[in-house]
Parts: sequence; structure tokens; C-alpha cells
Amino acid sequence: MNHQLKISCQTTALSELRVFLKKTLAKLQLTDIDQLQITLAVEEVCANLIIHSHQCNALDYIQLKVKQHPGKLIFEISDKGKAFNMLDYEVPDLDKVKGEKRKGGLGIILVKKIMDEIEFESSKGTNTCRLIKWFHS
Amino acid sequence: MLTITTQQENGHDILLLKGEVDASNSVILDEAITKAVNDGSNSILVDGAGLEYISSAGLGVFMSYLEDFQEQEINLKIYSLSDRVYEVFKILGLDQLMKIYPDKITALNS
Repeated sequence: MNHQLKISCQTTALSELRVFLKKTLAKLQLTDIDQLQITLAVEEVCANLIIHSHQCNALDYIQLKVKQHPGKLIFEISDKGKAFNMLDYEVPDLDKVKGEKRKGGLGIILVKKIMDEIEFESSKGTNTCRLIKWFHS
Repeated sequence: MLTITTQQENGHDILLLKGEVDASNSVILDEAITKAVNDGSNSILVDGAGLEYISSAGLGVFMSYLEDFQEQEINLKIYSLSDRVYEVFKILGLDQLMKIYPDKITALNS
């Protein structure tokens, strides 16, 4: 299985992303809960890129590729914006988020908790974030 | 797509959420809660029965009010979340920080 989607860098494209993932993941034997959580993790990465790396510039694009390998699913998210390596990002403490009354910072916690592996690379102006989810088929 | 209907019932402000909360529309949730507070509410109930999805943008909205609500003694309760949406609150540990109930009656009586 190999599916791909190109979305414009605007937050309204996130629903399009969810429709694509719902359709793509429906072919797999995933529980309802797994399906939602995988969708959420992929969306969080894309939302971060759209808002922080591309400042919601609708002329910019993000490319998503979904690859199925034995025992794992790989979500490859590529863009040409300012590189953001979430592996370098220190996950904030939840009490700190609450104390600072800020609305951001939770997305990366979700991605790190939901996905089994996260890889990041930046080469020749293209950044690729790879989210890997293991599963038992 | 997210729609929020506000109801008043025996001194409680009830926000009925329907649809999906993401980065494109979490501001609607934020405004609905702010409006309830500005209107003098000290008990806000969020009916999550129609909530199909919530991303960190929506969860962040709830988080941003917790500290102030604690100080101002404003009650914020969420009820009737589906299992799959409740799981997302649990991943972040929000089930420990927020008042979440299985249904409206339990929420009202707690």
C-alpha cells in the first residue's frame, strides 16, 4: 500500500487530511481508537508545519506519503519550509502548560506518545518527518 | 466542521459541541467559553456527545482556562465523551487535570 496527498498550508486543509487518512486507514485492521490516534498524530505534525513553518501561506504545500510495511505503517511528511525538528523540542511539562495558560505545546506530546518512532531529516531544502507506528497484523 | 450550541439550565451554561475541533476552528470553542465567563457563568458544562474529534488545539483551549477557573471558582465539567475522544484526553493526562464525567446526570450531581 502506498498513498499520497498534497495539502495547501492552511488550517482548513486539515479536514481534507483527516478524510484522506480515514479512507486510507479504513483498509487496515485498526481499532477505532488506533485510527483516531494515528490521524491525530499526523495532523499535529502537519498543523505545526502549516502554522509555524509556513505561517498559513496557502501557496505553500505539504506532501504526505503513507507506506505500509510488514508490521508497521510509515507516514512521511515533507515540506520546504523552515526546518523544525521536533526531536530537538523539549516536551513541556503539563503543569507548566497549565500554569502558563498557553494553548500550544500539547501537539508534540501527543505525537511522541502515539507514534513508536519519529525520524527527521533535512536535505536540499526539503524537510522530511517520518512517523512510524508498529502494529500486529 | 464544528458547531457549538449554548443552553442555560438551572444556573449552568451548557455548551453542546458537534463535529470536530482542530486548529482551524478551536477559536470558536475559545470564544464560547469566554462568552459564558463574561456573561457571569460559574458553571460551564461541555456536552461532548457530538464531539467526533479533538486535536491539541482544542485541548489547549480547555487547558488555558484551568488555572483561572480554579482561582475564580468557576466549574468546568465535560461529559458524554465517546471512548475514542476520551482516550485522547487520557494520553495527555487531562483526565487527571479536568473534571470529566460519563454523562450529564453524573456531572450535575458531582
